Amino acid sequence: MTGGTAAVPQEPAWWRTPAAREGLAVGLVGLYGVSAGALGVAAGLSVWQTVVTSLLIFSGGSQFALYGVIGAGGGALAAVATSTLLGLRNGFYGLELSRLLRPGRRLVPLGAHLTIDESTAVALAQDTPAQSRIGFWTTGVALFVVWQTTTVLGALAGEAMGDPRDYGLDAAAAAAFVALVWPRLFGRGADGRTGAMATAALAMTLTLVCAPFVPTGVEVLVGACAALLVGLRDRRRGTPTDLRPVTRDVSPHPGGPSARDRRAGGRAEV
Amino acid sequence: MTLWVAVLAAGVLAYLVKLGGYLVPERVLEVPWVDRVVPLLTVALLSSLVITQGFLTDGTPTVDARAAGIGMAVVALLLRAPFLVVVALAALTAALVRLWT
Repeated sequence: MTGGTAAVPQEPAWWRTPAAREGLAVGLVGLYGVSAGALGVAAGLSVWQTVVTSLLIFSGGSQFALYGVIGAGGGALAAVATSTLLGLRNGFYGLELSRLLRPGRRLVPLGAHLTIDESTAVALAQDTPAQSRIGFWTTGVALFVVWQTTTVLGALAGEAMGDPRDYGLDAAAAAAFVALVWPRLFGRGADGRTGAMATAALAMTLTLVCAPFVPTGVEVLVGACAALLVGLRDRRRGTPTDLRPVTRDVSPHPGGPSARDRRAGGRAEV
Repeated sequence: MTLWVAVLAAGVLAYLVKLGGYLVPERVLEVPWVDRVVPLLTVALLSSLVITQGFLTDGTPTVDARAAGIGMAVVALLLRAPFLVVVALAALTAALVRLWT
């Protein structure tokens, strides 16, 4: 701790820090676990299977992907592949967080499981490593608890519903993907990611065009090739890279410059 | 049974990917093009899933009540509605369209 902005006689307790408050606020994002629960059951999974996906995967996008491909009638292999590819970014967050948080050996297995968009975003937004640690763990634990609880509620409600189409749950699944991709196209920090729009357009086109000719679920993997096509093209042009998470509802330091902005500035020089 | 295999496989793989970030030596992952492609991979997969979920029926391109729900979702996102509101409005819209047509 080498803060030095104000002479504080003693460190405030961790739960009184801004990082902890941010973490708890962002943890409330986990309320959308209710949609994960409902959509899992609507896709044809049992309540138990849905609850287990939330416990083990604990990453909204990957869970929705699994439900989506299974619900559309795709094979298990395509469903698992899509879900896993969508979770690859968490691996890169882990790489970044292991340098920033320097977690002890015993905490790594737990910290890894809590490594998702939201916890990474809050950790990266803090000014000191100590605050980053508080932000990461508070967000991760709060979100995990809220996510698991609301998944169970959503799954039970979904089971009681009957035909999910009568409630428009198939449209809800599609809307969930729109809402997940939206901040990556138009959100804060998304402007540095040239190529996102091109990727989205190309992916949707590839998916539509190949869908009639490939087994259900495989069209998503064909669409994923858009990332390779656009990414490798941009690389030749030397576009700067950026692996920071883009999340909705995470705006830790409105107005003031944050560690995140400074990092972004540093990145641009690479 | 197949569903359980899929659920457990996806769960274990998701965890191993997360854990790998902490354990794998940095230089292995710092291949120049990889960190460029991974964020775009997220965008590509999510965009493809919008099509699969919203505009395909058994592999055939379709426009039905789901499209109305997605339209509503876009409007809600433009108005900066939170995730749950976006999803709920889409469901409500599609359900109403089905009720009335």
